Amino acid sequence: MSFEEYKNLWVFVETEENEVKPVGYELLKPGRELADKMGANLVAVVIGGKVEDIAKKAIEYGADEAILVEGDEYYNYTTDAYSIAMKTLVDKYKPSAILIGATNNGRDLGPKMACDLNTGLTADCTGLDYDAEAGNMVWTRPAFGGNLMAMILCPDNRPQLGTVRPGVFKKPELVEGKEGTITREDIHVAADQIRTKLIKRIEEVAEAVNLEEAEIIVSGGRGVGSEEGFNVIRELADVLGATVGASRAAVDEGWIPRAHQVGQTGKTVGPKLYIACGISGAIQHAAGISGSDCIVAINKDSEAPIFDVADYGIVGDLFTIIPIMISEIKKLNA
Amino acid sequence: MRILVCVKQVPDTAEIKIDPVTNTLIRAGVPSIVNPFDACALEVAARIKDANPGTEITLLSMGPDQAKDALRECLAVGGDKAYLCSDRKFGGSDTLATSYILASAIQSIEEKDGKFDLILAGKQAIDGDTGQVGPEIAAHMGLAQVTYAAEVTVEGDDIIVKRESDKGYDMISVQKPAIVTVVKTEFDPRYPTIKSKMAAMRKEITVITSEDIPNIDLTRCGLKGSPTKVRKTFTPVKNKNCVIVDEGEVETSAVKLVEVLTEAKVL
Repeated sequence: MSFEEYKNLWVFVETEENEVKPVGYELLKPGRELADKMGANLVAVVIGGKVEDIAKKAIEYGADEAILVEGDEYYNYTTDAYSIAMKTLVDKYKPSAILIGATNNGRDLGPKMACDLNTGLTADCTGLDYDAEAGNMVWTRPAFGGNLMAMILCPDNRPQLGTVRPGVFKKPELVEGKEGTITREDIHVAADQIRTKLIKRIEEVAEAVNLEEAEIIVSGGRGVGSEEGFNVIRELADVLGATVGASRAAVDEGWIPRAHQVGQTGKTVGPKLYIACGISGAIQHAAGISGSDCIVAINKDSEAPIFDVADYGIVGDLFTIIPIMISEIKKLNA
Repeated sequence: MRILVCVKQVPDTAEIKIDPVTNTLIRAGVPSIVNPFDACALEVAARIKDANPGTEITLLSMGPDQAKDALRECLAVGGDKAYLCSDRKFGGSDTLATSYILASAIQSIEEKDGKFDLILAGKQAIDGDTGQVGPEIAAHMGLAQVTYAAEVTVEGDDIIVKRESDKGYDMISVQKPAIVTVVKTEFDPRYPTIKSKMAAMRKEITVITSEDIPNIDLTRCGLKGSPTKVRKTFTPVKNKNCVIVDEGEVETSAVKLVEVLTEAKVL
């Protein structure tokens, strides 16, 4: 395998029903830095139904160019259609590395591509770097429930593949009107090549929980004590315009739906402010919030590990502290 | 109907601690368990078997001899027979090499026992957390895959999967044979009975070595056959200096906290 042929850094920008998944744009941020280190072009690969506007936007978010594949067969994700399209593109353009958002679809596509291309894939990365001397990507990811971090290389195969968690990187600045080439590739996958059929889509409308994109998150843990206990968490979230999160302990107790779960097995988040209420801060939870700009911990136990990862802390009963905070914040907002 | 369930024996990562002095994982005394997602996959298989009498569930694992314990546990809750891929030549395999070995083993089992209609696995193992081996087995075998299944039912030649999506669920149908990976299901895996445990103890677990897989390409197995390499491992750093707001009374501290956060322009 001659590595000289393999150039450029690709970011797979996932779409569904002609809408972008935010992680695609997020990855253009580390993508830009890595491409500059590599002396390579940053290429957004956009596949979907009608998604040219997303390709344009990817360029405004920092990509040098975009490759666009459109077709009805890509309106919804299928392993077969997407992997055939990606394999065709990789064979033609030979990228050195591809970043894929670690959504369910991204984590479905990545391993299929790794097999099709006979190369290495690093799952669920939280850190990305480029070793210029060796010419390799350095993928950092948590393992053993977040207890251990591992740096992974793929030194002898190209392209190097990695899935990256949503919420780890923040969307880059949008430069309106920034121009770049959009190359349209006419790749079509016949219906009989697509072995899975979408029968119907069930949207859970109960409560939209968008933790990955939240600017402020107020999270409750075991210390919240009950389903009713979450009322005070919600109240604080309301005055702050925040999204409600929860630790695994609170979710397992059934106090709040799993969609709110933050941590290694839940969502990885990167808000400007994360307020952890009654959360001890087990390593699995800490791993999921490490991308936050500022972490505030409220806990009765001054020895709780959450204080090791927090920027500000207060020791005491959350049911005393939070109502006071709410009234103080209301005064500020007034 | 013939179902294969892939099972991994893993350390209970909830019990793992970090040695504060050496900063390494303390594995001593950490119990080995059946990967919880694989246990869910087995329960999905057992429910299909309940609904479709005559279904046979085969179990497959890869690992050292000790992994037989995990297979026995699974034999006691629905599994009919079990195979363990175990060979020093398989050690150090990454996901691509592991899936190649498992796919090769599955094909050699199929030659003896007949084709599988459905292959199930957990969405990921809790030690590695990659979620790649299932889909990679599918790709090696040329089978269709559906990942992140919360429910699986069989209707004639179709497998119907309720798949987790970003907004809820997608109902997906795929023709047999296919590979489906399973999330933590709404229902808990069933418990063994004393009788089923006794029966599981008496069952033979067939060990598959590289010599039992005639066409296996050993250059694709083990550390050498793995495209990814671990450069180093380290424990996550905790280097933040937490500012503890303490004004004596907790009420005063709470007021002060909002003040501090406002000054820091966090609020």
